[in-house]
Amino acid sequence: MSSLTIPAGMPQFDDVPRFDVAAVRADFPILDREVNGHRLVYLDSANTSHKPRQVLDVLAEHYAMHNANVSRSVHTLGTEATEAYEGARAKIARFVNAPSVDEVVFVKNSTEAINVVAYAFSNASLGADGDPRFRLGPGDEIVISEMEHHSNIVPWQLLAERTGATLRWIPVTDAGRLDESGLDDLVTERTKIVSLVHMSNILGTVNATARITARVREVGALLLLDCSQSVPHLPIDVVDLDADFIVFTGHKMCGPTGIGVLWGRGELLAAMPPVFGGGSMIETVTMARSTFAAPPARFEAGTPPIAEAVALGAAVDYLTGLDMRAVQWHEKELTAYALDALATVPGLRIFGPTVPVGRGGTISFALGDIHPHDVGQVLDSLGVQVRVGHHCAKPVCTRFGVPAMTRASFYLYTTTGEIDALVGGLEQVRKVFD
Amino acid sequence: MQLDQLYQEIILDHYKRPHGRGLRDADDPADRVAEAHHVNPTCGDEVTVRVATDGTVLHDISYDGMGCSISQASASVLHELLRGRGVGEAFAVHEAFVELMSGRGQVTPDEDVLGDGVAFAGVARYPARVKCALLPWMAFKDATARAGVGVSPEVKA
Repeated sequence: MSSLTIPAGMPQFDDVPRFDVAAVRADFPILDREVNGHRLVYLDSANTSHKPRQVLDVLAEHYAMHNANVSRSVHTLGTEATEAYEGARAKIARFVNAPSVDEVVFVKNSTEAINVVAYAFSNASLGADGDPRFRLGPGDEIVISEMEHHSNIVPWQLLAERTGATLRWIPVTDAGRLDESGLDDLVTERTKIVSLVHMSNILGTVNATARITARVREVGALLLLDCSQSVPHLPIDVVDLDADFIVFTGHKMCGPTGIGVLWGRGELLAAMPPVFGGGSMIETVTMARSTFAAPPARFEAGTPPIAEAVALGAAVDYLTGLDMRAVQWHEKELTAYALDALATVPGLRIFGPTVPVGRGGTISFALGDIHPHDVGQVLDSLGVQVRVGHHCAKPVCTRFGVPAMTRASFYLYTTTGEIDALVGGLEQVRKVFD
Repeated sequence: MQLDQLYQEIILDHYKRPHGRGLRDADDPADRVAEAHHVNPTCGDEVTVRVATDGTVLHDISYDGMGCSISQASASVLHELLRGRGVGEAFAVHEAFVELMSGRGQVTPDEDVLGDGVAFAGVARYPARVKCALLPWMAFKDATARAGVGVSPEVKA
């Protein structure tokens, strides 16, 4: 073995913040349960993460002690609820380094966030007074990639149908990365918006966006990044990312279901027409017409998921307490371990990057010709919970020539012992089907 | 082990050595031939079932598909059980199979009617897999309707 001297002042592995996984696991009540007579081995966090007691307590406490509607009451409970709701918004703004708290729009999930942007384009294209950046018609183009979740495909297909715009996509390489070779022909002066996944929910790829962002700026288009899989796992800084919109969802980052976030540049949100009409999103209403509130209220019609937003704030506190750099490093180590461990399984083929670089802790694979449903069923009988199927990313399955994949995904509470349980379970699968 | 109830030997046998797999033309050119392609959108499993019939007897049931052991074994069992049967008989078996799969494990199957299909009794206890087992049977039902032979009562899966 050769030795290497790290020069003074250079960052070293020891500088990376760490946390005690056993202590973290003790925060998650569900991790104590059994499944089919075995200790739960939860490897489906890309689907939804578990929630720590700190989040569950805040959710219950809000309903038990502070329940009232927000932004419309002068009474004490209403004030407490509003402060908690807006406080959560501020926490989330800090978490992603948003320049202004008003750039954080609460929505139901990432799917809704993307649809809000797509329908804002749609609505702006209807009248003559729509902001030109959001106006779409025949000849205009929308660019996505072949790596997208259906939530970042279907809204754009529908938008293209409504407006006559054309949908184009960046292909995926055999290694599971974006093929940027044709970028300059794909993203052109005709492009109005580029909407890309930051980290793939199926291949685990973390896309390097700098070159794409540069091209998007060059042609004057807008850039949306689907950060559903990255915000829970990596430190995200919207200023650093230099996107125009990012979307993410609470339930994948230790928060509750029913709450997600659309972050947009302040001046862009201000230029967007409303999508949902109703209470809370107005400035004034007459029987003849209405005018609308400034963002974020403009996009939050009706009573929002208040307790869920407050609990998402608690989730952000929890993640910040652990330090997102520590979460990222923990998962990097797990991914390296898992890639090595899975490589020992005969007949196993990994889809996506096979090195722990530019990828996160979500690994999809095939086990010989055994159908993923059968793989998942045998693993479940051993308490190992993985996702099987097309992962709402059918074009990726088609790209790699399979109808479905088996996916193991990790989070801050995942241990190497659980990866061993997966590998052991795959041996059992082969016994049943070979 | 619980898993044995789901993956009975009969099912694994049909999966590993499927009977009558592959789409075929009718032997008798006078037969009506029709097929249906069904997809399970949650998992991407696909099956195409083709029937050749003179309107009274199902002379052939051929199929092709890709999917899990349950859906593919189910197609093999369907072929074996219903090929060469009268239309009325075949629909009675179809109905019994659908009833078994919809029974959440509470229905006792009749081996005289269902043959190897009884092996799917355990599948009925796994709600997530019932659709896998029913996929070829629903395609079969569509295919027979397209071939213009009687339609069995509406089923709820």
